[in-house]
Amino acid sequence: MATTEEIRADLADIVNEVAGIPADDVQLDKSFVDDLDVDSLSMVEVVVAAEEKFDVKIPDDEVKNLKTVGDAVAFIERAQNG
Amino acid sequence: MSATRVLVTGLGTTSPVGGDVPTTWAALLAGQSGVRPIKHEWAEQLPTQIAAEVAVDPTDVLERVKARRLDRSGQLALVAALEAWADSGLADAEVDAERLGVAMASGIGGVQTLLTNYDALKEKGPRRVSPLAIPMLMPNSPAANIGLAIGAKAGVHTPVSACASGNEAIALGIDMIRLGRADVVVVGGTEAAVHPLPMAAFGPMLARSKRNDAPEKASRPWDKGRDGFVLGEGAAVLVLESEEHAKARGAKVYAEAAGAGVTADSHDIAQPDPAGLGATRAMKVALREAGLEPSDVAHINAHATSTPQGDVAEALAIRNALGEKAAEDLVLTSTKSMTGHLLGAAGALESLAVVLALKDRVVPPTVNLEDPEDIGLDVAAEKRSLPEGDLAALNNSFGFGGHNVAIAFRSA
Repeated sequence: MATTEEIRADLADIVNEVAGIPADDVQLDKSFVDDLDVDSLSMVEVVVAAEEKFDVKIPDDEVKNLKTVGDAVAFIERAQNG
Repeated sequence: MSATRVLVTGLGTTSPVGGDVPTTWAALLAGQSGVRPIKHEWAEQLPTQIAAEVAVDPTDVLERVKARRLDRSGQLALVAALEAWADSGLADAEVDAERLGVAMASGIGGVQTLLTNYDALKEKGPRRVSPLAIPMLMPNSPAANIGLAIGAKAGVHTPVSACASGNEAIALGIDMIRLGRADVVVVGGTEAAVHPLPMAAFGPMLARSKRNDAPEKASRPWDKGRDGFVLGEGAAVLVLESEEHAKARGAKVYAEAAGAGVTADSHDIAQPDPAGLGATRAMKVALREAGLEPSDVAHINAHATSTPQGDVAEALAIRNALGEKAAEDLVLTSTKSMTGHLLGAAGALESLAVVLALKDRVVPPTVNLEDPEDIGLDVAAEKRSLPEGDLAALNNSFGFGGHNVAIAFRSA
């Protein structure tokens, strides 16, 4: 089972690939929109890439609740364990 | 007609023979072919396995996030436009955004984005279609992205007329300046259609025979052994500027974009008028608009794509448009012999070559002319010098749909 840090690191790579944000900036307490400047189109790309990478489903209704990197990592952990 | 003079004050390209203007021009003068075997696996199933892909991949040049939000046609366009913009000196000058326009053409548009996303839809479902697919694949995407990059607000346009598109963009830019709608217009064409679907669709029109083994020999305009065109990709951009605006800032001037002739055959969707009447008229109109006599024309960069009928029909149209004497006195070439056929970017790349030919007084060769067809015209099999003094030259582009566009340039 992947650790929280492993998930964060993989997610950081995706955010870097999609939006060009340095992977080191993608920390659990960072807001995608306010801190990392990830726009809505990029967020859709991040979600789709994360679904593929982590083999989980992230429903559209859920995406609006994923405000911070920590929210996303927690969701992925729950989805993988569920 | 006393119209505003339109000057060429900047050039940019990324082509099958070079990643910028200096390398492309040096390669053309040296007779270097950009035609190569296609390295993608999909080429194995096609009868034609060669193409003229760009010498420098645009993703090696552009910032990664910028590049992934553009179709390949948009990437190539942006690389060429940024070079032209920097070359013009306008990047460092005060330009009124509301007097700055763009006319960037494409023949086929974002076909690779369209097809890649369709593959994702079929294989993985609708969620896997990129949310950026539409702004990437729309044909006006390269023009719009150039407009964003340089801050153009006078109008951003995308003329589409198949293989005449690049020249049509130049014609539109000249009009915008002459009609007083803009002081500066960034014009050109881009194409990135080296993909199995367009290649399969072009099928018998592409050079195929035994040329897969000798790709650099495949594009051979006016040679008796020609058997079709070679698909090329790339982009080329010219910065057009009113004489008044260019003089006020002391701009470097390459040449004058003196006139355009835009006609339609109204004959057939794919076949040109067999008598070349539309092409003839395009050249005549361009000369008239430029205030030139046929005897002023020292050089023509022909459309000549290396197809059996087209090359000969164009030669006839040149004779009819200029008259025997003037036609025989000029130096004719087809740089497609080296770059392949860039479709919607062809007119722009070849106009760039004409502009540099007038400036440097040298015409690039038509390579592979080993057994020339008797067209009665002076084709430059080797690079050729042009005389000093005031010179004019034409660039021809013709496209499916019966579009004919000739642009007349004068030396500065």
